[in-house]
Amino acid sequence: MSKHAPQPISIFDPRIMRPALVDSFKKLDPRALWRNPVMFAVEIASAITLVTFVMSLTGANKEPAWFTGLVSVWLWLTVIFANFSEALAEGRGKARAASLRKTRTNVTAKRLKKPEFGSSYETVPAPELRKDDYILVEANDLIAGDGDVIAGAALVNESAITGESAPVVRESGGDRSAVTGGTTVIANAIIVRITANPGETFLDRMISLIEGAKRRKTPNEVALEVLLIALTLVFLLVCANLSPLSIYSVKAAGQGTPVSLTILVALFVCLAPTTIAALLPAIGIAGMDRLFQKNVIALSGRAIEAAGDVNVLLLDKTGTITLGNREAVAFVPVGGHTEQEVAEVALMASLTDETPEGRSIVSLAKSKHGLQLALPADAENIPFSADTRLSGLNTDGKQYRKGAADSTVAFAKGLGAQSIPANLGEVVDKIARAGATPLVVSRDTEILGVVNLKDIIKGGIQERFQQLRSMGIRTVMITGDNPLTAAAIAAEAQVDDFLAQAKPEDKLRLIKENQEAGYMVAMTGDGTNDAPALAQADVAVAMNTGTQPAREAANIIDLDSNPTKLLDIVEVGKQILMTRGNLTTFSISNDVAKYFAIIPAMMLSIYPQLETLNIMRLATPLSAILSAVIFNAVIIPLLVPLALKGTKFRPMPAEKLLIHNLLIYGVGGMVAPFVGIKGIDLVVASFL
Amino acid sequence: MNLYEWLETILFFIVLLAMVKPFGAFMARVYQGDKTFLSPVLVPCENLLYRVCGVERDEEMDWKRYAVGLLLFNLLGGVALFSILLLQHLLPLNPQKLPAFSWHLALNTATSFMSNTNWQNYAGESTTSYFTQMFGLAVQNFLSSATGMVVAIALIRGFVRKKTSAIGNFWVDLTRSTLYILLPLSLVFAIFLVSQGVIQNFSPYKTVPLVQPVTGTTTVKEVTIPMGPVASQEAIKELGTNGGGFFNANSAHPFENPTPLTNMVEIFLILLIPGALTQTFGRMAGNPRQGWALLAVMLAILIFAMGVLYWAESAGNPLVAKLGVHGINMEGKDTRFSLAGSSLFAVATTGTSCGAVNTMHDSLTPLGGLMPLSLILLSEVIFGGVGTGLYTMLAFVVIAVFIAGLMIGRTPEFLGKKIEVREMWLSMITVLTSGILVLVFSGIAMMVPSAVASMANPGTHGLSEVLYAFASMSNNNGSAFAGLNGNTVFYNLTGALCMSIGRFAPIVASLAMAGSLAGKKYVPPSLGTLPTDKAPFALWLALVILIVGALTFFPALALGPIAEQLMMIR
Repeated sequence: MSKHAPQPISIFDPRIMRPALVDSFKKLDPRALWRNPVMFAVEIASAITLVTFVMSLTGANKEPAWFTGLVSVWLWLTVIFANFSEALAEGRGKARAASLRKTRTNVTAKRLKKPEFGSSYETVPAPELRKDDYILVEANDLIAGDGDVIAGAALVNESAITGESAPVVRESGGDRSAVTGGTTVIANAIIVRITANPGETFLDRMISLIEGAKRRKTPNEVALEVLLIALTLVFLLVCANLSPLSIYSVKAAGQGTPVSLTILVALFVCLAPTTIAALLPAIGIAGMDRLFQKNVIALSGRAIEAAGDVNVLLLDKTGTITLGNREAVAFVPVGGHTEQEVAEVALMASLTDETPEGRSIVSLAKSKHGLQLALPADAENIPFSADTRLSGLNTDGKQYRKGAADSTVAFAKGLGAQSIPANLGEVVDKIARAGATPLVVSRDTEILGVVNLKDIIKGGIQERFQQLRSMGIRTVMITGDNPLTAAAIAAEAQVDDFLAQAKPEDKLRLIKENQEAGYMVAMTGDGTNDAPALAQADVAVAMNTGTQPAREAANIIDLDSNPTKLLDIVEVGKQILMTRGNLTTFSISNDVAKYFAIIPAMMLSIYPQLETLNIMRLATPLSAILSAVIFNAVIIPLLVPLALKGTKFRPMPAEKLLIHNLLIYGVGGMVAPFVGIKGIDLVVASFL
Repeated sequence: MNLYEWLETILFFIVLLAMVKPFGAFMARVYQGDKTFLSPVLVPCENLLYRVCGVERDEEMDWKRYAVGLLLFNLLGGVALFSILLLQHLLPLNPQKLPAFSWHLALNTATSFMSNTNWQNYAGESTTSYFTQMFGLAVQNFLSSATGMVVAIALIRGFVRKKTSAIGNFWVDLTRSTLYILLPLSLVFAIFLVSQGVIQNFSPYKTVPLVQPVTGTTTVKEVTIPMGPVASQEAIKELGTNGGGFFNANSAHPFENPTPLTNMVEIFLILLIPGALTQTFGRMAGNPRQGWALLAVMLAILIFAMGVLYWAESAGNPLVAKLGVHGINMEGKDTRFSLAGSSLFAVATTGTSCGAVNTMHDSLTPLGGLMPLSLILLSEVIFGGVGTGLYTMLAFVVIAVFIAGLMIGRTPEFLGKKIEVREMWLSMITVLTSGILVLVFSGIAMMVPSAVASMANPGTHGLSEVLYAFASMSNNNGSAFAGLNGNTVFYNLTGALCMSIGRFAPIVASLAMAGSLAGKKYVPPSLGTLPTDKAPFALWLALVILIVGALTFFPALALGPIAEQLMMIR
């Protein structure tokens, strides 16, 4: 979880509550409600009770007006509560989208005649920019659209998109060339080739996603809806069937009244899976929103759900499993030198080295060997160069160096070294085999020893892999290291498998093989060369710092560029499905108690013996029916927090999880309404 | 239960459970075209049949071709039977010179036997000739059973196969079902039944003097005893869960079910193929445990229903007790069979879609009668019909897996196949069609005065009779709460509609599901996959079946058997 995540706005914030309330009524429009067939049916039912209420008032309906009126009110409330939960879920996103939209307004761009610095430009509004236009962006300019830097390098503030206030470098070439519209250049100037037409930019997509405007139902959601629609249809027929059956029974028994339309409609609404149908849209929207709070943008709901199904996770070693930087952990002397000597020379060779590796050598020498050397005044920094593949410094006529074994040896020999310590090769091999990087240190012609630079496995990563394993997800580490090193790190990090010396085509092949075997594969990537593999993966997470091709190939974008986010995404994906499943079970289990409330009540006048079924001992038939209707309505807002937060996910084997959830939502779903309806009945009866 | 009843019941289940595995394995071999001990004799017959009919035995079909073949074949069978019924008076083997069926009764009966329902709005001995029985009804008894079985096999193939559109060859599956499974077993058991006293002849009906003349307003000194080729029809009646009795009294008639032993054997035949098909499924799916899990669910609900039925009947009727007659409710039961033998028959024949009876369900206590009715209303999955039980059960499994899958946070999958929108639609159609038919037509019947007039006992019991009739027809069971006079234009026509839709909508949906599943790739199981072959899932499956059934029918049942029972005891 990022510390830069956007501040979650409380759902009780008036900025969200007020528009949500208004929306709940706007959404009563049948043309909008049609998208949710079950609630649409409830709206029709509510309309029917409105008619029976009016008929009660005029005397055309013999039922008391207070009863038909209250039933009607609560049925309408059922629909409104459903709308409200959806509006509430959308509210947070809308608030965020509104602030994003502000960054988009009134941006102008300097469109270049030719893609080079110094070329003349015209100032045009952002919406006039088209793909393959070139724009000049100078310090304090807002970048007008998505694009690639083709010349120059600049510091860019991307907080509008990521919430991250520290600026990042964007430069031409390489994997850091993509810029996003709506971000600001702080220093230097760059030339950007526009890669997206207006309305198709990242910012546009983000706004529409967050607003839920383009939210399409996921396949799973549709399948669940099939179940709910089929059940609703059956319950509709159950109620329709009851009418002739009760008319016949009245005739046969010679007493009582047939079940009235109001009561049939009330029964229908109580039986229809309104709880889950009402909360279904909110669950999906809230899931995306939860990811968004973790600074992850899912480009489709489908991608998040697919994440819940992932069997194989491909993770880059660097930055995901290990900290990006290696760290010195030991000084190993060779050729009769002491550890202290190695530490001293290594320290000297690293004093001017500002890389994390260099700094870790300094800190190890200081902490472990108590060395306190100040930088000599005459020190001459020798930075790492691709030619020598060495770094170090010269001082007092001495040359301190550190580097890979072969380059250091070559350097010493070049200075005239006669002999190389015999055990050097052995020490270097041993360190490499253990998964670390050996760095040989020398002073002039003398090879003193080896610094053991180790990949540092991220704290707690083993536990996360353990969790993943218990969820049935296999982790595969991808690394450019040689197989020996890779194996050692894989063993330490406890990943299930690794792919060493991985080239882009190897990644693609690995993904295809796994998919061929029926697995769902997730991967993270940021480089252009990751794009094919990202496009192939079922769940592809691109780092926001990544290149444009990588971001286009992905279906999820991590604004924090933190690869362990995949784990959060998997979790949210599972949560969405679980919340749906649990509320479905809850909703259907509820019907058992509702039957025991309504059936005896509606048939009591025909067969008084059915009072035996009134196991809740509800006061009167009308109070029983009204209580069931009220319970059915109020359970929706009561469950809104659960729908928005999602069911808690605990990694455990599938069977245990099923039993756990069945006990809570299945058994709980049967018991809760007995308690709830009885409670409401006590209140209702006190007014009668 | 007394010692005898305990012994016969326990022995029965031991024999059944011992037989389902080897027989299920045998059926798997038959459908996979492997060699069996019958192959040396039957393979030449099989090949000859293919040559005569021009069937390419190795040619596979996609689900649409399979379904079209199945529908046309059944339509043809139905039309043939319809014609025989209408022309009965012109056809041979009619020693009693029985007249032709009325058109609507013929339509109802043809649909009934084509759809494996065997709902009979007529009494066999007074309506059907021997020709009709043997060449019309019995032929359909074999073919409709085989039809049910091939659909189940095709659906199993759908689960097992990967990325293909082929689900088997309808003609080959049909031939093998009949030739290797139904015919040999029927032959063996027909001979056994003859040994126990079931008749097999073409004699005219016999008129014999009564041992003890009955004197009422007139004195009756002699009685006409119907004859016929009963044994040959009796075995397939049970084996194919057909249930259409040769005589009106069905398996309560001494010529159909003479001894307590034949009674248990007939129950065994009813449950054998549906039970064994779960094992065929487990074997073909490469997971025998999965087959046992399904069987366990069926067995648990069956035994529960039998327990309630037995208890309700042995508690007797308090209204009768007031008249000084105590003890178990013996109305409609035969003293030849123990109460356990009657209860087991009643739940077996309704849990499967058989519908043969040795006990008059109409005469059961309301709570007792609720059991057979409920077993039918659960969409015939407690063993279920031959084939139909398995494919309907698998549709329930798909629904149970779907909800359970969501609850554990995964896209639901069963046997490595992902359950998606299409599978949900198709399994909902398979599971809910019969329930929808019952709700619609029982409602309509209550509004049609002539339909209401058919009830023998108005009130709660009459309502149960109508509900039972439409439940029985829509679920292709065929048994009845016999008080209802079903031979009216209304019941004949609505019944024919219920039976054909209730039969073929789920069949087409199951075949479509087979096609859809066969085309999917296989997802290997992982720790995150829900095991569907263990107790927790089996329990969940049982709950889903019971809850769907209860939610659909509780209101109607409350006005029928439940109100009746409460009125009886209060």
